[in-house]
Amino acid sequence: MDLKELYRDVILDHNKRPRNFGPLVPADTSADGHNPLCGDRLTVYLRLDGDLIRDVHFDGKGCAISVASASLMTEAVKGRNREAVARLFGDVHATLTGELTEPPASLGKLAALTGVREFPARVKCASLCWHTLNAALAHECQPVTTE
Amino acid sequence: MATALARTSEHYDVARVRADFPILARHVNGHPLVFLDSAASSQRPRSVIEAVDHYETHCHANVHRGVHALSQAATEAFEGARERVRRFLNARSAKEIIFTRGTTEAINLVANSWARPRLGPGDEILITWLEHHANIVPWQMVCAATGATLKVAPIDERGELRFDAWEALLSPRTRLAAVAHVSNALGTVLPVARIVKAAHARGIPVLLDGAQAVPHGGADMQALDCDFYAFSAHKLYGPTGIGVLYGREALLREMPPWQGGGDMILSVSFEGTTYNDLPWKFEAGTPNISGAVGLGAAIDYMESLGSTALHAHEQHLLAKATAAALGIPGLRVIGTAAEKAAVLSFTVEGIHPHDLGTILDHEGVAIRTGHHCAMPVMDFFGIPATARASFACYNDDADIERLIRALHTAREVFG
Repeated sequence: MDLKELYRDVILDHNKRPRNFGPLVPADTSADGHNPLCGDRLTVYLRLDGDLIRDVHFDGKGCAISVASASLMTEAVKGRNREAVARLFGDVHATLTGELTEPPASLGKLAALTGVREFPARVKCASLCWHTLNAALAHECQPVTTE
Repeated sequence: MATALARTSEHYDVARVRADFPILARHVNGHPLVFLDSAASSQRPRSVIEAVDHYETHCHANVHRGVHALSQAATEAFEGARERVRRFLNARSAKEIIFTRGTTEAINLVANSWARPRLGPGDEILITWLEHHANIVPWQMVCAATGATLKVAPIDERGELRFDAWEALLSPRTRLAAVAHVSNALGTVLPVARIVKAAHARGIPVLLDGAQAVPHGGADMQALDCDFYAFSAHKLYGPTGIGVLYGREALLREMPPWQGGGDMILSVSFEGTTYNDLPWKFEAGTPNISGAVGLGAAIDYMESLGSTALHAHEQHLLAKATAAALGIPGLRVIGTAAEKAAVLSFTVEGIHPHDLGTILDHEGVAIRTGHHCAMPVMDFFGIPATARASFACYNDDADIERLIRALHTAREVFG
């Protein structure tokens, strides 16, 4: 397998110039993610409009896969509602783990991460941002559920 | 010095050494394996594999129990390995050699059996900034349980212990100094002779974490004069799951057992139990017998290489790899101590160590990436992780060329 399958130009570009990078002030909610294997840490910030993700940023340090994945994620989820985000995460996860042999059309630019499935040690790098996004959303949910 | 080095290198037949390690024949991702992760765990020579195999095939039974032939054979093999370790460490008595699961368990044994019963609020344990988590966390746990305080001696930007600062931290309340003999993350060799002398002058016992030191030629307990010394077999060309705690006999005698069970007792009744003698007092349950046998064979193997020749060979590899690595644009060596074991920790600008690890693996080159279980060291240098190439008896110049070529590939991939 070619290294270029993993490190596609889209990945390298988003690693070098991450989109929606840096803290979002003020944010409605945020969460920290940590990959103890490599020490990577990232924070996902959200500005919400009811069910909708109005704005999303991320901050932190990590390998090219985790930075690019987070950057691509912010672009993909901005303007979507919770249900659409959950569906998209399901598709991303199934693609990363090889459950889906072909990336579904729903992935759009996120399909650039398909090569990760050939490198099992790196799947966690690509999924860290999504778990962190979920945590941020769940955080936000809590007051709703307790009401 | 240079000619002496060249002469010993000439005597060192690395091709023959490589032929002793069956795993080096395998390919990884279509390339012959270059294994540069021996500081995490080294490979085993055929003699170790065969010694374990021979034991399993011909000698296995439980130790210290039966009168039958196999039990006696197993006991002889196990206790023979202990005596082999004693000679290797130049300990005064085999009673001072406790088999453990590894370095981590050896340190935890001292933490639980020696430190916990003795320490109280206001007491201090002194470690250094260079420690592996295995020589940090057990002491944090002791402190949490006893109210003692953990003190940490600083390092400088080369990754060397600031000895004067360390010495200044020795106080009337210091009860133990726990120090790495060699840093796993950076390769720094610590001034253990001065450390032991300074601590003993104040009546403070010293534990040395020898996990990264012993594989580079061994350690002499009587010369070091330390009170506790811990190491693992699997970094020394031996099996996993077996290691050693050396302890000064007088200290071990005073220590209560840590774990209770079979083998560590002389007699048991519900009214009370009489503990076994040293060293078995600290070896509850059936031990890792084949592991001990493998450790004995691993010591035989390393000593057969000759410690001077091995050291010269490894230092040659370190010097060559360091010089070549510095030729790569953006590469920064982390840890530039004057005296280092064969460990090259580094970062490359614009490429996360994790990505380096993947790209090098793709080229068949195995290195370690991450924080190396030494997160305070990473924090000191302001980095989340490093890439670490570590060298052992079976590495050669071609391995270094492959490493350097793979690093160039990484730079090309990242454009």
